[in-house]
Amino acid sequence: MNPNDNQQQSEGPLFTSPDCDAAREYFRAKPKAMVDKVMSVTDAVSRFVGDGDYLASGGFGGDRIATAVLHEIVRQEKQHLGLAGHTATHDFQILCAGNLTGRGQLLDRVDSAYIVGLEARGLSPHARRVMQSGTVAVCEWSNYTLALRFQAAAMGVPFLPARSLAGSDTFRHSAAKQIECPFTGEKLIAVPALWPDVAVIHVHESDRYGNCRIRGTSVSDWHVARAAKKLIISCERLIENEEIRRDPTSTVIPFYCVDAVCEVPSGSYPGNMPYEYFSDEDHLREWLTAETDASTHREFLDRFLLGVRDFAAYLELCGGAARLEELRNEELMV
Amino acid sequence: MSNFNSMEMMICAASRLIDDGAMVVVGTGAPCAASMLAQKNSAPNSTLMFEAGGIGPLLPKMPISVGDSRTFYQGLMATSMGDVMETCQRGLVDYTFLGGAQIDMFGNLNSTRIGGDHQQPKVRLPGSGGANDLGSLCWRILVITPHDRRRFTERVDFITTPGFLDGPGAREKAGLPPGTGPYKVITNLAVMGYHEESKRMQVESLHPNVTLDEVQANTGFELLVKEPLELTPTPDDEQLRVLREEVDPQRYIIGRS
Repeated sequence: MNPNDNQQQSEGPLFTSPDCDAAREYFRAKPKAMVDKVMSVTDAVSRFVGDGDYLASGGFGGDRIATAVLHEIVRQEKQHLGLAGHTATHDFQILCAGNLTGRGQLLDRVDSAYIVGLEARGLSPHARRVMQSGTVAVCEWSNYTLALRFQAAAMGVPFLPARSLAGSDTFRHSAAKQIECPFTGEKLIAVPALWPDVAVIHVHESDRYGNCRIRGTSVSDWHVARAAKKLIISCERLIENEEIRRDPTSTVIPFYCVDAVCEVPSGSYPGNMPYEYFSDEDHLREWLTAETDASTHREFLDRFLLGVRDFAAYLELCGGAARLEELRNEELMV
Repeated sequence: MSNFNSMEMMICAASRLIDDGAMVVVGTGAPCAASMLAQKNSAPNSTLMFEAGGIGPLLPKMPISVGDSRTFYQGLMATSMGDVMETCQRGLVDYTFLGGAQIDMFGNLNSTRIGGDHQQPKVRLPGSGGANDLGSLCWRILVITPHDRRRFTERVDFITTPGFLDGPGAREKAGLPPGTGPYKVITNLAVMGYHEESKRMQVESLHPNVTLDEVQANTGFELLVKEPLELTPTPDDEQLRVLREEVDPQRYIIGRS
């Protein structure tokens, strides 16, 4: 039997190059001195997020997300970004505020594993409008295969094999390829390395150089941080470098991956931050409801996102310290 | 016999399918309730896993997200998505619970789009999430879903997650791990499995007061029927007590019925 019989082919667009030598050259030139990288979110976004960049958002959609950085990307009207939609839920909803709202086009290509939904909370009407408009190119993946693309990039190799995707339309609309194992002859799915131009990750603690600690699940951030060409960290708290050195086992992201460190307390709000605060389900519901109608959505965005100075002002609008205390109690179940 | 609603019936029927000592990757909602019930009742040594990295939690509440902090509350490990998926890929995970907007007679699931073309769909849905991986890599796929013709369709618009694809041998031919695939579908009307040779969906047991005609009338393809056709066991008092008092005291899930 011809080994190419029944060979499956995919037809999805590949938005990023899997060239590992080009990535090596990039990382060779990247400044690696351990210097103070603390700056405002505004500065971090204006310096490290460029129009046309391909973006990865850490955490899990509405859990440990860099909300403040995502808001600022929308406020600064970044244009024509690509996105790794790796369980993109509320983060995707925020970025979609830059599409079909009279502010140009923020997203124009998406590698999709999970988009437009907010898990048990339902689907985002606006994200659906964006993805049903035909203006954003889409390539399908699954959560694991998209995570594996970051892993390949973090390893510095052009692809990794997996045993999922095979036989499905998810494969057909992906940019994966079927290959034969050189040892066993089995059919495998090869997924191309993904080096995002820029990634944004929210962590519990970082020192001024970008040595970071994450508590709870890491989702894919161990690999996202290492795959990203530029990395913006937001953190609940800045800690001293001595504290990092006291317990190096706890460091998850090392400084040399990091370009900017922004101290943003409650920075994952309205998302969940393990051991800190639970998600604000009331606010997320209000956001989803506002999206039902294009004009109420615009008013909502003006009030909570576009018309506010910074993330601290957003937190105040959402109930400030009193609300955050409630969410902290909910998280800690006290 | 106690009174119970159809959601309680579905959850209790699903929970009985989990054998003790099993490893299960679950989502939110009814699957999570069924797995929690199994763990607190009939399968105390089973391990719950969540795709974002939560392993073996003592769930205090129903999670809202499969990545929220409930999914590793007093857990055994808070790890990564890759670790959970690779545990499935290594062959350690017995069951996964999946859902979808559409399911066909071979158990293929669609959660990506309805109508239109791929770059401009009529209705865009979330896509695979972890479903394609879990449905490819876990040994047995369980589905809990309401039973109607809109969901049980002749053809799915998009195969997000592979069932038996187009029939016997198709999964293996495509390169999926041998011996994996759809196992049971639990609805408000019946429990269905798959015919050993043809891999087509077949009714295995009817819930109380449900007729075979009613099940077929709510299905958009021809169902096979397993002989002898059985009656789905109703929830027992202890199952209902645990479900109502310990699994879902706020009635988030069981109150939906």
